[in-house]
Formats: sequence, structure tokens, C-alpha cells
Amino acid sequence: MKNHQFDAIIVGAGGAGLMAALYASKGGAKVAVVSKLYPTRSHTGAAQGGIGAALGNKIGDEENPDSPLFHAYDTVKGGDWLTDQNAAKVLAEEAVDAVIELEHMGLPFDRTDEGKISQRRFGGHTLEFGSKRLAYRACHAADRTGHMILQTLYQQCIKNNVRFFDEFHVVDTLMNQGACVGVAAVELGTGELHIFHSKATLFASGGWGRCWQVTSNAHSMTGDGAAAVFRRGIPMQDMEFFQFHPTGIFKLGILITEGVRGEGGVLVNRHGERFMEKYAPSVKDLASRDVVSRAIYNEIQKGNGIGGKNYVYLDIRPETVNRYAAEAGEKKRIDREYVESKLPDILDFCRTYLGVDPVKEPMPIQPTAHYAMGGIPTNIDAEVVIDENNTVLPGMYAAGETACVSVHGANRLGTNSLVDLIVFGRRGGMNIAEFVKTAQFIDLPKDAGREVEAEFERIRTSKGKTRAYTLRDTMQQTMNDNVGVYRTEETMQKAIDDLHALRNTYYQDLLVDDRGRKFNTEVLEAWELGNLLELAEITAVSAKARKESRGAHSREDYPDRDDVNFRKHTLVYREGAAPYGAEIPAYRVTVEKPVDTSLEVEDPRFAPKVRVY
Amino acid sequence: MVDVTLRIRRYNPEHATQKKPYWEEFTLKNCDPTDRILDLLHRIKWEQDGTLAMRRSCAHGVCGSDAVRINGRNRLACKVLINELGAESQAHIKVQVEPILGLPIQKDLIVDMEPFFAHYREVMPFFINDEPVPANGRERLQTKEDRAKFDDTTKCILCACCTTSCPSFWANGKYVGPAAIVQAHRFIFDTRDKGAQERINILAEPNGVWRCRTIFNCTPACPREIEVTKAIGEVKLAIQKNSPDGIIKITEIKEVVFSS
Ligand SMILES: Cc1cc2nc3c(=O)[nH]c(=O)nc-3n(C[C@H](O)[C@H](O)[C@H](O)COP(=O)(O)OP(=O)(O)OC[C@H]3O[C@@H](n4cnc5c(N)ncnc54)[C@H](O)[C@@H]3O)c2cc1C
Ligand code: FES
Repeated sequence: MKNHQFDAIIVGAGGAGLMAALYASKGGAKVAVVSKLYPTRSHTGAAQGGIGAALGNKIGDEENPDSPLFHAYDTVKGGDWLTDQNAAKVLAEEAVDAVIELEHMGLPFDRTDEGKISQRRFGGHTLEFGSKRLAYRACHAADRTGHMILQTLYQQCIKNNVRFFDEFHVVDTLMNQGACVGVAAVELGTGELHIFHSKATLFASGGWGRCWQVTSNAHSMTGDGAAAVFRRGIPMQDMEFFQFHPTGIFKLGILITEGVRGEGGVLVNRHGERFMEKYAPSVKDLASRDVVSRAIYNEIQKGNGIGGKNYVYLDIRPETVNRYAAEAGEKKRIDREYVESKLPDILDFCRTYLGVDPVKEPMPIQPTAHYAMGGIPTNIDAEVVIDENNTVLPGMYAAGETACVSVHGANRLGTNSLVDLIVFGRRGGMNIAEFVKTAQFIDLPKDAGREVEAEFERIRTSKGKTRAYTLRDTMQQTMNDNVGVYRTEETMQKAIDDLHALRNTYYQDLLVDDRGRKFNTEVLEAWELGNLLELAEITAVSAKARKESRGAHSREDYPDRDDVNFRKHTLVYREGAAPYGAEIPAYRVTVEKPVDTSLEVEDPRFAPKVRVY
Repeated sequence: MVDVTLRIRRYNPEHATQKKPYWEEFTLKNCDPTDRILDLLHRIKWEQDGTLAMRRSCAHGVCGSDAVRINGRNRLACKVLINELGAESQAHIKVQVEPILGLPIQKDLIVDMEPFFAHYREVMPFFINDEPVPANGRERLQTKEDRAKFDDTTKCILCACCTTSCPSFWANGKYVGPAAIVQAHRFIFDTRDKGAQERINILAEPNGVWRCRTIFNCTPACPREIEVTKAIGEVKLAIQKNSPDGIIKITEIKEVVFSS
């Protein structure tokens, strides 16, 4: 074991982690970023469409009278009124400044005719409190906005001499005297365990889309940080809300950005019908993601999928887009070059993986598991909170997809994750810089890292008959089938039963070939599977407790939203079992944590309504 | 459906008999012509031999983790479908996969990326402009045309396909390599950036752009279709035009390069 000491440890080097690291170090803290991937491999780099901010830049000759207030409203409505409104306000207001700051850091945004940051339309982003008029709010750099954000922030970290521990896999949270005092991490290259002792630790380790079979998420999106925190007794919030993005490439799940629809693309069924007209008469294809995913699912159920199969078409061919634009009385027309310049990566994905050229043919798409709205509960200062009363856990912070502020409520709007990373990552970094100025190091717990080391040894030397891959595959299948776009009491119970069986096999019968220590990616994958199994189960357990439909959580047995009983956040606590070991813990779920309603108290336009688009 | 035999270059520093690199073959039945090489590597790792080590993450060509040499060419394993390697027309194909060249091998397909990133850091790969931001607190303006000048080089994902396909880099690991020059290009040609002169001076040094002999391996190697050789050429031109240091150094370097 090796020991390190830093004022602040940042777990993860995606957008959230890098932003936090930058601000913590600018604020004078001695910071280290610990990341299982090289920073530029983080999944933030895969984000395509844009980052939302009410800049109000004029697009072509169209005025775009946007305001943070409208952005906040769309965020609250998009979240089906489960969004904490203080967080939505912070997000929308600070987004403007944060995006400008990214530009000042050199981010190469696309430009308008006036040389300003170019913006496009995105689902659920409107002007004037959900009116029919769509906002141009998504600031973009072609369809590789996330890549540019990740590169820009990494570049700035290099400029500011931030210390990186690359390919260090965080496996445990170190707690003492009711505070977080650091993390334990396995170095990929040597297999050695490192103890990182800190005053403040910020988790920015991303999501866990790999619980599902069809997903837009990278192989590395296994929720390690969330699981490591959860195993040490911190609850998880709103786990039942996992977003299915409507447009993943059929079977592969690779994302086709909503920006395609923002540029005028439409969804059509086997009859050539633009079916979103039925489900969201006002904004049609640019309704919120949960709404569109359900519509696709319903079309498929009715046999309207292409060839009766489980996919529909997304059509961005210029002739299609122009026909609908003409029908709608819009002036804008597009051509092949326009599509090539605005969506180059999307065209490349389709040509490479499908042999389909979207300029000439429609793209086969299906909903794909995409984004965790839930996660480690935090307040708007990125401090982790551990109960219904928002009690702060000293020394522990979280930001980005792994955190639940909760700014996305029951359903995140497109472009709002990238804003979340930047806004709350920055707040986290700033607060940490202040915190470590006066905080003292608290001792490491006795035998720090010993338990997790033993668990690694158990996996490395296990001699069972079942490969991790088979367990993972079964888990992903059951989650897709039973805790997908629609769920019921029975399907969720089925998933939980399946997961129990898988977890038992995982502990009793795992087969591992690689007994080495250096670059033992097999053991690390098995470790990641352990995290996924636990996160999958608490997703199902939380979902069962919410007997209503809201946002991304759609229950066939409780089809309506129930504000009286369920306009509250879910918390799931791990009880009984030791952090590691064969025993499956008991999970206690409460749906009691109040939603912040500060905006609707001041302005009744923010109050809950029936959610139509 | 097609059967595929993968011939993989292997190396395991911890294993007595695998300390010297060797080839190992694995045959996979019933592969789909649209399978990626990464899918097949996964099948081997997950179904046959868990010790096989490689890097990967996004699986769709955007994170830059899985650069390997496939049938002698640098590619991302997740961006090569086997139909492109003859799987459409044949019942059984053979594919060779080995680590990229010029960086120390650590285990199987995993190489030490640190020398590559060290070169990246050498060219000051970050935005420099200490002038005050616009008084209205808003974005700096840039025309669409100016933005287009460096668009191509913003696409780089640091996968190292270009640098590790370059004979000049194989011959001399101190050469910064195509990827670092691409990164420098992205800033030198950004009208908002003020660090061009410093970067140009760095690249005019003996291990900078003049080590490039325009062999062109880098351009077809780039999975993002960046015109790497063109970018390097533009940097060379910038050195000749803008930097007196550069012009003086060219002659010096000619001696270094052509006498070695
Ligand atoms: C294909 C795709 C497109 C998207 N497009 C958009 C978009 O257009 N707009 C938008 O707003 N949002 C978009 N999103 C969502 C958004 O990109 C992500 O939610 C966001 O990037 C997550 O950022 P993050 O910083 O929280 O985590 P990530 O970028 O996922 O980074 C996680 C980091 O944690 C590290 N890590 C993980 N586990 C460990 C561990 N055990 N130990 C150490 N380090 C660890 C990883 O190495 C990585 O550095 C998209 C998402 C996907 C998948
Ligand atoms: S795995 Fe990301 S580029 Fe291939």
C-alpha cells in the first residue's frame, strides 16, 4: 500500500471532475484528480448536441429573446416538477456565465453570423414558460460539444499544473468520525492499492448506463463512485429515474443526438407517419425525452415499428426536413452541406456502423439507456447530504452525473447535463477551496483499505465456474426487459429476484482466469460488475416504492402522477450487511424528502400542472 | 455469418513463459459481418481467455482508448467492422491484431502512453490570451471563416494512431510527433489565441516539425479523418513566415536531420 495526502481528491476526470479540480486548485487547494481512465477518455467527450444557456444570441435573422427564467421553467417542467427549484434557478442563471467562461478558456464554439456563440434548438427548451415557440439555447461545436468541453478543461488543468493519477481505480471511500477522509484506489499498472488521505473528496465518477443492455454509455460507465459511497452508508436519491434517450442506433445503442431533431429531423413509423404529432401536438419531435421514448415504445407495441420490428426511423434528409418546415410556415431550408457541417459525427457513426447514409436514408433508432437523474444526494454547493433534512456529511462532495442535486428531477432535459457539470462542478471546486483553508485532516480509519484489499484478493483468486460476462449479460437483459421505459410491480419484482440470483452466483461461483496483478482488467471488470449489480437492484427497489408515473418512471399499474403522495424525493439506504461479503443487504426506501419549491412560492407560473408538450 | 481467426500479439511481464512477446490465435465461430474488432476482442476476453488485456471505453470511436495495429494498419478497434476485412465474401477470415508501435508494451495490447502525452504537453496545448475579456462580459467574437481555419485539428482525440504510424517517430522517440503538432495547430490558427509565437518556437526546435519528412502515414491513420500532414505543413509554413527563430533553425536542423 502507498499513501498520499492532498487537501482535496477529485474522483473522476470528466467535465464535472475537471471543472472542480480547476477551481479548487485556482482557489489555492492542493488537489489531485484520481481517474480510472485517462482524462480525455471520459464519457463527457461523447456528448454531442450542446450545452444549454440562455444567451439569446440571434440565429440567422431570427431573434431569440431567451432568459434564464425560461430556462429554469423548462428545467422544472422537464423534471415533471420533481426538480429542486433552487437548483434549477442556480443552473439557469449560472449557465450563462459558465458558458461564456468556457469560451474565454478557448472552447471553439460554432459561430453565428455576428461571430457570437451559435445555438440550436433542443427538446423541451421553449420561450415564455413552455409556449409553442422554441428557444435556441443549446450552444454547440458541431455535434461534438462534449469533446470540446473535455479537451478545453483538460488543457486548462495542464496549464494550471493540476496533479493527475491516471488509470487509478477508486474502490472504497474512507470514513472516520462521521466524515469522509479520502479514498482507496487500485493502480491499474501495478495492481497496488493506494490510500488517498484528504480533507475534502469530490465524487465526479459519472453514471451507470451499463446496467442496461441497450445503452449510449461507454463500457466504463459502471457507477463505481456511487457504489463505493453507498457501501459506506450514504443513501442514494431518486434512483428510479433513469433516462431512456429516444434515439439510439438500433441494437448498438450509440446515441444519435437530439440535435438532429433540433435541426429539423423527424421520427416516422412504418407507415411514414410523423407520429409525434399525435403525442405532442405543440412541439412534436422536440418534446421531452421521456415523452418521445414512450411514444416510440407505444408505436412499436402497436406494430408500427419498421417492418413490425422494435425500431422506428429518424429522418434528417434535407427534402424531408424542408417539406415539414414549409408546412409549418418556417423560412429556414437546409441542404446536404448544412447537414454535413452541423452533424458530421452522426453521419460518420451511421455510415461506419450501419452502412446507412443519413443524408440519403432514414436512420433506424430505438430508445437507449442514457442518463442517471438520481445518485449521490447533494445540496447546491455540491456538499453530500445524507437524509431527509439535508444534513451535510463533512468532507464529502459530489458533482456531475453521479450526483443528484436534484436539478433534473424525474427527467433531464437535453443540454442540461453539460451545464450541470460546469455549474455545480465549479461550485464544488470553489467550496472545497474555502473548506480546506480552515479544515484539519482527520485521521484515517484504522486499517484503511484492508477490507477492500481482501475483497479484491477474493475476486482475483476465485475459482468458480461462471464468467462475469454471463452474469453481466443476464443483468442487462433483465434490466432492459423489466426496469425499462415502462415498468410494473411484477416486472420490477422479477428484476429483483433475478438480481439476487446473480449476486449469489457472483459471490459463490465466479470464474477468473487472470491471477496477475499488473493490468488485470479482468478483475477490475468483475469489480465493476459488483457495482452494477448493486446499483441495478436499488434502482428496482426505489422504483417499486414509487407508486405513480412521473418523468422517466412510467408504471403501467400506476399511470398517473400523484403529487399529493409522491412529489417527494426517494432515498434508499443500505442496511445490515457489511460493505463486502456474500450477504445481500437490506434496502430501506423512503419517499419523504421534500422538493424545493422556492420558485413557485414567488411565481405561481412554476406550480405543477399537467405536463403536455 | 463468418468464422474469424484472430492472431494476437501477446505479452505478459508477470508470467515466466510470456515475458517475450509471442503470437496467439483464437478462432471465433459465427461472427456477424457488422461486428467490430473490439467486439471480437471482447468475446475472446469474456468467453475464452480473461487474461487478454486491452484498453477501451466508448466503443464508437470518440474516446481514443483502443488504438491498435490491425492487419498492419493503425486503427481504433471499435471503428473497424469485419465486413471491411473480407467477412462479406468469405466464410473464414484471419485478422492480425498487435499493439501500436513505438511506445513500450506493458501487457498484450496495452502500451505506455506517457511518452505520447509528454510530447502533447510540450507544445503548450492550452488557450493563451491574457488580454481583458470584452467589457460587456460576453464571448470574444470570431467569424465563421476564422473558426473554420482550425476546425479540422479540433477533432483530435489523442488516440496516438498518427504518431505511432510515423517512421520518424519510430526512429526517434524524442520527435514530438504528428499528434502534438496537430494540437499546436489547433491553437496557432485560432485567431483568439496569443501563444502562437511561443509554440512556433518550440516546434522549430530539432525535435519539432522538421523531423517530419512528409511520409504521409499519419493522414490515413487518423480515425477522425484529420488531414494531419496538411496541418503539419501549415505549421511549417507558419514557422517560415512568422518566426525569425524558425527560419534560422531550419538550416541548423537540416544538418541535424539529414546527417543522422
Ligand atoms: C453519447 C452521449 C451524448 C450526450 N450528449 C449530451 C449533450 O449533448 N448535452 C448534455 O448536456 N449532456 C449530454 N450527455 C450527458 C453528459 O455527457 C454526461 O452526463 C456527462 O458528460 C457526465 O459527466 P461527468 O463529469 O459526470 O462524468 P464522465 O464524463 O462520465 O466522467 C466520469 C469520470 O469518472 C472516472 N471514474 C469512473 N469510475 C471511476 C473509479 N472507480 N475511479 C476513478 N475514476 C473513475 C472516469 O475515469 C471519468 O474520468 C450525453 C451522454 C452521452 C452518453
Ligand atoms: S473505445 Fe473509444 S475510441 Fe474505441
